[in-house]
Amino acid sequence: MKSQESISKNSEEFLKGIWRENPVFVAVLGMCPALAVTNSAINGLAMGLATTFVLFFSSTLVSLFRSFIPKQVRITTFIVIIATFVTVVDMLLAAWVPDIHKELGAFIALIVVNCLILGRQEAFSSKNPVGYSMLDALGMSIGFTIALLSIGVIREILGNGSLFNIDLFGQNFEPWIIMILPPGGFLVLGFLLLCFNRVLNKKSS
Amino acid sequence: MSSKTLNISTSPHIIANVSTDTIMLNVVYALLPVAGFAVYSFGINALLVILTTTISAVGTEHYLCKLSKKESTVGDWSAVISGLLLGLTLPPTFPLWMAFFGGVIAIALGKFIFGGLGYNVFNPALVGRAVLQAAFPVAMTTWYPAMALDRFSSISTSVLSTPFMQPTVDVVSGATPLSAFKFDNIIADSSDMALGLISGSTGETCAVLILLGGIYLIIRKMMNWRIPVAILGTVIVLSGILYLVDPQIYPSPVFMLFSGGLMLGAIFMATDMVASPITPLGVVVYGAIIGILVVVIRIWGGLPEGVMYAILLANAISPHIDNMIRLRVYGTSKQTKHD
Repeated sequence: MKSQESISKNSEEFLKGIWRENPVFVAVLGMCPALAVTNSAINGLAMGLATTFVLFFSSTLVSLFRSFIPKQVRITTFIVIIATFVTVVDMLLAAWVPDIHKELGAFIALIVVNCLILGRQEAFSSKNPVGYSMLDALGMSIGFTIALLSIGVIREILGNGSLFNIDLFGQNFEPWIIMILPPGGFLVLGFLLLCFNRVLNKKSS
Repeated sequence: MSSKTLNISTSPHIIANVSTDTIMLNVVYALLPVAGFAVYSFGINALLVILTTTISAVGTEHYLCKLSKKESTVGDWSAVISGLLLGLTLPPTFPLWMAFFGGVIAIALGKFIFGGLGYNVFNPALVGRAVLQAAFPVAMTTWYPAMALDRFSSISTSVLSTPFMQPTVDVVSGATPLSAFKFDNIIADSSDMALGLISGSTGETCAVLILLGGIYLIIRKMMNWRIPVAILGTVIVLSGILYLVDPQIYPSPVFMLFSGGLMLGAIFMATDMVASPITPLGVVVYGAIIGILVVVIRIWGGLPEGVMYAILLANAISPHIDNMIRLRVYGTSKQTKHD
């Protein structure tokens, strides 16, 4: 009985970030990367994975030290921990995929101020045991990555006629320039929010 | 109740028996000569473009009403106007699939998402055009000469280009007076521009017919005359001053007045009843802002034409204009906030 309960709680903590509490489509958090770097699928995926790395390790560490962190300086401590992992991921990307690192530019450093990450520390990891925190972080960051990837895929297909830099429609495709410009990010995000809310509303009613 | 001799009711006491539908229908009447001249001047291509945008705008309105389980509001003619206006601001050989997309965007994004007619912040037709301009900048600036000989016998290949594919560019193309001025410093003949013997968007060329349509609406009191007068007046004054400073660099006020989409924009788009201010003074301020922006964008901006952006920007601030010039309520101090 007890193991069954814990399994269902485990899967619940993991799945809520992907669907019911999706950070981008439901909570509308982390808008800066979701709009700024999703002009191609590969950029969206890279930003998603970098955020996954940072969120997972920060959540684990914060959860491990949750009883040692003084309440008065908790935000500062979280930020220091997050910034550490952002520096790590910044250097990793620069070493392994310099092209993407160059394209993402300042937005990698800006993962530090992604409210999704700080929000999870404050709302979840600082209050829950390590296991749940890891699952929560994984679920949230997978949900975030899926969101960024789907925005990036739509924008790249329409704005460039390609997917992961592979040409889809041949030479004669007319690119919708607006899609790779900033307004395209808002349009696609708005459209996806509309679809997501419609599905969620239908399910609840 | 009916036996009462004195009828007491709240204001307004004088009600004009004019409905939204009637006004909108009259705007359509005023636009028809403009559209007719567009077809006469640019041929079948222009007819197809205007029909496509109108059909897609009306279709989108109908479909979205059905989707939100409301009664279809197609009957108030406002979607027809948005579609017509969008078609009149597009180049004559604009690919039809892009025109269709523009009509959908104009109604869905420009009007319906705000709650339909009466709630739109921006002029729907211009929202559609702005999105098209940002999405397909090349197709939006490929012009076709007016009065071409084969305009009624052949359909341009770029009009019929396959959806999502690049339009094939025709050999014949004509620069608009504004782009010719901007990039080659050539000034077109004024009488040609007034009569519409120039290249440009389908409906913006014949200034005389647009003016007549505006005068018809003003006489029937279905348009606020202050808006076009303020816009055109500001443009004349501002470009006149610049012309007096240095006629070598700056174009004459006549050229500014009759070139590009200024007439069409000032008379049919800036006067959108929902997106413009309501106070008499606010309307003048609004018109002056549009006029200043048009001159600034045309002369110092990177684009040859700025009417669309000028009107969209002024639409965005029109509620604030009303707010700022609202009269102080008698007896209150200057510091009192009315909100």
